[in-house]
Amino acid sequence: MRIFVCVKHVPDTAAKVTIKGTNGIDETSVKFVMNPYDEYGVEEALKLKSQAGGEVVIVCVGKPGAISTIRSGLAMGAERGILVKTEETVDQVVIAGALAKVIKDEGELDLIFMGKQSVDIEGMQTQYRLGKLLDIPVASSVIVFNRQDDKVVVESEIEGGARQVIEMKMPCIVAAMRGLNEPRYPKLPDIMKATKKPVNQIELSSLGLEAPASSMVVEELTYPPEKPEGKMVEGEDPKQLAENLVKLLKEEAKVL
Amino acid sequence: MEKVGVFIETKDKEMKMSILGVITGVRGEGFELYAFVLDGNAESYKDSLQEYGINKVVDLSADSPTAEYDPEVYAKAIVDACKGLDIKIIAGVNSAIGKDILPRVAAELNAACILDCVSVNLAEKTVVKSNYSGKTIAKVRLSGEYFVYGIRPNAITAEPAPVTAEVIAHKAPVQDEGRLVIKEVKAGTSKGVDLTEAEIIISGGRAMGSKDNYKILFDCAEVLGAAVGASRASVDADYAPQSIQVGQTGKTVSPNIYIACGISGAIQHLAGMKTSKVIVAINKDPDAPIFTKCDYGIVGDLFKIVPELTEALKR
Ligand SMILES: Cc1cc2nc3c(=O)[nH]c(=O)nc-3n(C[C@H](O)[C@H](O)[C@H](O)COP(=O)(O)OP(=O)(O)OC[C@H]3O[C@@H](n4cnc5c(N)ncnc54)[C@H](O)[C@@H]3O)c2cc1C
Ligand SMILES: Nc1ncnc2c1ncn2[C@@H]1O[C@H](COP(=O)(O)O)[C@@H](O)[C@H]1O
Repeated sequence: MRIFVCVKHVPDTAAKVTIKGTNGIDETSVKFVMNPYDEYGVEEALKLKSQAGGEVVIVCVGKPGAISTIRSGLAMGAERGILVKTEETVDQVVIAGALAKVIKDEGELDLIFMGKQSVDIEGMQTQYRLGKLLDIPVASSVIVFNRQDDKVVVESEIEGGARQVIEMKMPCIVAAMRGLNEPRYPKLPDIMKATKKPVNQIELSSLGLEAPASSMVVEELTYPPEKPEGKMVEGEDPKQLAENLVKLLKEEAKVL
Repeated sequence: MEKVGVFIETKDKEMKMSILGVITGVRGEGFELYAFVLDGNAESYKDSLQEYGINKVVDLSADSPTAEYDPEVYAKAIVDACKGLDIKIIAGVNSAIGKDILPRVAAELNAACILDCVSVNLAEKTVVKSNYSGKTIAKVRLSGEYFVYGIRPNAITAEPAPVTAEVIAHKAPVQDEGRLVIKEVKAGTSKGVDLTEAEIIISGGRAMGSKDNYKILFDCAEVLGAAVGASRASVDADYAPQSIQVGQTGKTVSPNIYIACGISGAIQHLAGMKTSKVIVAINKDPDAPIFTKCDYGIVGDLFKIVPELTEALKR
């Protein structure tokens, strides 16, 4: 079985993000990691491999530094990686196009794991674009995964904690959300071994992709407005505090 | 006139009310609004839709049944309607279903697509959305032939702008290929109002201490017509289900009022709720970071304050 996991190299969510220029961030001041949702994808791929055999291939489109995210997937237990390199910031149309091309070129394909969204630009769409380009079905926000022969049965979360139970024919795309599993922490020997695993590095420009039909370009980045200092509600006891809060919500904020 | 198609999300023959904010956000001079209704009840939503400026209600059907949500059939039917009616702009609410259907439509049309917008400017082809877990706000420019916009629930306040709508039928020659089948929908654990669409949310953190203690939040929520949320610490401790977690790895919410009870205010929690209109924090620690991010703060024991709040609201 050949399982691909598409992972994005993103700033650690705990890091402070500093805007640089009009539409970029200072990439030198933040630690980059594997997109947290994609880690669930890697873990699930490895669990499936341990039952079904085969190989797990980590695929990433990113700047040269993104190789560290591929290495962390290899340290978790994947066999090899593919890095499509570009110095430019590219949108999901281009990313999906590149992922589709390298995965098609690999030939054999049984399953692709992804994350439900990236935590940097929060596109929430690459999985669907890739599904269209490869002409295979997609389920996103997946919290339960099972394979039965040439089918997968997944549970996808919808509103209010309700879940759709979805059956798909393989090959297909499964985009993970939190709750699917607990990603493993690689041990030092695994991290060492990962440095020797093969990573095929390809220039994006060498893939010969068609000019994209559409694009999304971040024109400007700003910090969210700081909330003015909050008001502390006054009162002698819980009853008075509660009453004063209700009064403020009704009369001052006018939201009740 | 440019045409805009709005995906009308429905459930059990009822229209999602948050779609009215979306319609408010995309109408305007020079735009003709089409509503895509797939559950077969177009006629019954007409009154509400025209009240908010929809010009044509499209009773959209396919060769395969569309009474129940099927992502592949829905997406292909919407795409067929867009092509047939010459609609190049599609919008919808960024709910769980919206997040599933809108990018499918975008992929089929090779459209530019931005989800989770907090505002849109159709004429300029720009949107505003938050990214990097709410740490920055981006203005994004879209280009291409087709455009798909997912708008965050409650981000735009619904305001009526009545017109007279007409119902038109469109049948899409779309067959279910059977490669993706929804076998069943398992009911959720949370009752009442849906979190991502709620206008008021009351959330509990690690301080709740147990599953049973959440009852005081549910009691208060009932009086408020609110939904109940949770921090990750309380989900991890099994006091609350994962499905109601608010934050970077949980739900992003933007209600009119967000009441955080016994939540410290970690950046990952704030990422999911900081665009709420009014934030109330109840915490016994006067130095809790949440107090620097709230509109109204109460320093005190939530187990004493919340029940009093419920009583005060009843009065
Ligand atoms: C990658 C990543 C993703 C994450 N995603 C999320 C996410 O999506 N959502 C999320 O919430 N967190 C998330 N976190 C976790 C986050 O960092 C915090 O650990 C978490 O939000 C803390 O939850 P809490 O505020 O309930 O608990 P604590 O930080 O322990 O705060 C409890 C608060 O309750 C107060 N308190 C105690 N008793 C009472 C009482 N009787 N009355 C009133 N106040 C009381 C205390 O003063 C304290 O401020 C994530 C972390 C990481 C690393
Ligand atoms: N540059 C990338 N390289 C590899 N996979 C990606 C990349 N960008 C996005 N993905 C995958 O697509 C998912 C959704 O991303 P997005 O559409 O940006 O929210 C992510 O969780 C990844 O699995």
